[in-house]
Amino acid sequence: MTDLTHLQRLEAEAIHIFREVVAEADNPAMLYSIGKDSAVLLHVARKAFYPSPPPFPLVHVDTTWKFKAMYDFRERMAHESGMKLIVHTNQEGVAQGIGPFTHGSGVHTDIMKTVALKQALDIHKFDAAFGGARRDEEKSRAKERIFSFRTAAHRWDPKNQRPELWTLYNARKAQGESIRVFPLSNWTELDIWQYIYLEDIPIVPLYFAAPRPVVERDGMLIMVDDPARMRLHEGEEIVEKSVRFRTLGCWPLTGAIESEAATLPDVIREMLLTTTSERQGRMIDHDAAASMEKKKQEGYF
Amino acid sequence: MAHTSDRIAEDILGYLKSHETKSLLRFITCGSVDDGKSTLIGRLLFESKMIFEDQLAALEADSKRIGTQGEEIDFALLVDGLAAEREQGITIDVAYRFFSTDRRKFIVADTPGHEQYTRNMATGASTADVAILMIDARKGILTQTRRHSFIVSLLGIRHVVLAINKLDLVGYDRAVYEAIVEAYRDFAAPLDFASITPIPISALRGDNITDKSGETPWYHGPTLMAYLETVDIADDASGAPFRMPVQWVNRPDLDFRGFSGMIASGTLRPGDTVKSLPSSKSSTVKSIVTMGGDLAMATAGQSVTVTLDDEIDVSRGDVLCAANDPAPAADQFQATILWMNEQEMLPGRTYLMKTGATTAQATIATPKYAIDVNTMEHLAAKTLSLNEIGVCNLNLDRTIAFEAYGDNRAMGCFILIDRLSNETVGCGMIDFALRRASNIHRQALVVDKAARAELKGQKAVMLWFTGLSGSGKSTIANALEQKLLAMGRHTYILDGDNVRHGLNKDLGFTDADRVENIRRVSEVGRLMVDAGLITLVSFISPFRSERRMARQMMEEGEFVEVHVDTPLEIAEERDVKGLYKKARRGEIKNFTGIDSPYEPPLDPEIRLATTDQTPDEAADRLLAFLREKGYLA
Repeated sequence: MTDLTHLQRLEAEAIHIFREVVAEADNPAMLYSIGKDSAVLLHVARKAFYPSPPPFPLVHVDTTWKFKAMYDFRERMAHESGMKLIVHTNQEGVAQGIGPFTHGSGVHTDIMKTVALKQALDIHKFDAAFGGARRDEEKSRAKERIFSFRTAAHRWDPKNQRPELWTLYNARKAQGESIRVFPLSNWTELDIWQYIYLEDIPIVPLYFAAPRPVVERDGMLIMVDDPARMRLHEGEEIVEKSVRFRTLGCWPLTGAIESEAATLPDVIREMLLTTTSERQGRMIDHDAAASMEKKKQEGYF
Repeated sequence: MAHTSDRIAEDILGYLKSHETKSLLRFITCGSVDDGKSTLIGRLLFESKMIFEDQLAALEADSKRIGTQGEEIDFALLVDGLAAEREQGITIDVAYRFFSTDRRKFIVADTPGHEQYTRNMATGASTADVAILMIDARKGILTQTRRHSFIVSLLGIRHVVLAINKLDLVGYDRAVYEAIVEAYRDFAAPLDFASITPIPISALRGDNITDKSGETPWYHGPTLMAYLETVDIADDASGAPFRMPVQWVNRPDLDFRGFSGMIASGTLRPGDTVKSLPSSKSSTVKSIVTMGGDLAMATAGQSVTVTLDDEIDVSRGDVLCAANDPAPAADQFQATILWMNEQEMLPGRTYLMKTGATTAQATIATPKYAIDVNTMEHLAAKTLSLNEIGVCNLNLDRTIAFEAYGDNRAMGCFILIDRLSNETVGCGMIDFALRRASNIHRQALVVDKAARAELKGQKAVMLWFTGLSGSGKSTIANALEQKLLAMGRHTYILDGDNVRHGLNKDLGFTDADRVENIRRVSEVGRLMVDAGLITLVSFISPFRSERRMARQMMEEGEFVEVHVDTPLEIAEERDVKGLYKKARRGEIKNFTGIDSPYEPPLDPEIRLATTDQTPDEAADRLLAFLREKGYLA
């Protein structure tokens, strides 16, 4: 076993998890968020089932506020992988005109992401959903199982998780229950980047620095991805800066960082030398310390 | 140390190159509440520069607000995760932490330190290569140290670090340290660890964590980090014979048929001869297929897809083995079981046993003994409750390939799943196969069940009457048997009360005894059906699980579940035997419907409501059913 490197062991573990779920679940799906973790997840899934395409669809929960480059990339990857792509948007939310500028990040995320995700799982009756979450992202994730059970109402009960021993995963569940499965649980941010580099995995160009139009707001750099929908506050000015993104989500909620790192090694170098943790670029996490745990109990992935 | 900034800034490609080749070490930290376990893990994260500035700022703020170290940084706060735990000030589950240095990536399983945690510790230990046992230098070896050591050894961890912590509080006294080391070596001798490495530390002050401490000039061993970076965990897995449980059959089209799985041990090359167990069919490896091209060799720990030269039948759960050194296969085992559920283990009940990619049905016998985790003494036991460990025999419904856990962790471990709640209720390690099964060969009989039944002009069947005491089971069964007898049919009634006077007179009314009661009567009933009889079983049989077990013993169509559905009030009002009154007065314990549960059938073949029909009418209905289904033809 010592012959294997840490990345080989992490990859083998993730492949094993993918295959277990496909062997035991009735109707699995992969939640595809288009970010770098999703890119790795998709790559490992393709390896797990090669030469077959992964025997489940990609599901993208679309808030309609993603970066344009993400939509382009999504179509390309669905085509390359030969997998079916299911895009779900909460139409009630659209009808109510829910958006980050008008309703703020909390309401927008809840209606267009959390609620939409539950809708997508219910409509298609998926009983297992792969996600790219990692335990190192945030404290409440550190104790989540790789197979994480949700009640029929999609709630997570951190006090009532099944013990997970060795590589034996218990995928049995009652009618209506579902499982979130996290094959990359034991990867760190550095592992993800290193693997992308080593395996030459395509990622959305927004991860690399380029001159982009941005506005500074609440200490964050917001990229003006869709000028027609951008709401400028008084005194704000659109300026062009060399920026890149460490994490991708809805463009009005995702902060860019000023950077000249245009290649993968440069990005990794910056990541290693940086002094703030990854999720800081996401407005969603700027709440109380235990907020992610609360969100998860309510059904946020 | 860690992410050396200068090197990263100047030579990122060289840095990436060196990190590509680093290995992975998984370890577990064990200690009780105040041993400083969380502080140690927080310290390791901090020292390996895995903490970012924003986290550090939050940590400093938290330390002042809820920390236990005054104005100093409380590293424990870094790793205490869930909100509920933070309020209680203890961790309650298994959490995984990550850090890395230039040489290795580390995954730490952090398990809580209070009494009820054998389950969590076993979970963390199951994937660990090394265990760090925390000892408070002021207290020395405690009961929990012994308990942790035993669990760690039981789960097959070969290397332990004895982290003698809080040495600053005993003035870095060498004599204190050495006395603890000596006492521990004496205690741990029978546990058969490959290595025990004592290190004097102070997690709080950082002594001997990454840098040698100036306070312990008498200590010449490695620092904790140096040990973790260099400990040799090369086990025998890659040198052992080839084993791979087949997880999934990859069949994109008619031309390709690959068998996917993670290699449990050994290595594999194209051209190797493999044998599939339990079928024992052999073939030759054609290729080891990956998305990046075929491999010339694959080794333990890799997830691969294998194609074979011959079209042999291999499916999920089978194990591919080296043909010249295949794994043994058996259907009866002795295993060491750790019970992990609030509901105690019920000997005689059938659980699902998942091992490798196989899920079998396993019936667990009464434990041979339980083991006191504090003293390692063997104790008499009738069952196992939460966090108890015992040695039991298991009887499977099929033959599986396996290895003793001590020889091959991946091939000898299993989990137990409750068939109704789907919870993981226990885990276990196979000790050895019982030879009994292979020695008692079934006698092949010329006259069979069908022939016996035909002679009697009927089809053998088991009518299983279930319902509360006083619901009318025996009355209806009696009425039915009289009618059948009048028709010249061959019958027998197995009645709960009567059987308890004879065959089952050693059994009481605990849940465990009720399970055994039903198991025995099911076996007897099966023999009677085999003899060609229409067999009427009249037992309260309160649990779904045991009724299902009885059903599964029988062939399709041989088991008819009859729910004699009388509401509790009515049954209690009838109280033919005066038992309900006694139960209400507390003179009878574990009485079904009063202080012991009855689980009504969800989908019985026949449901008889006794409030709107007489026993005679009910018997007629059953007779009509038997006719209609061809049992009396």
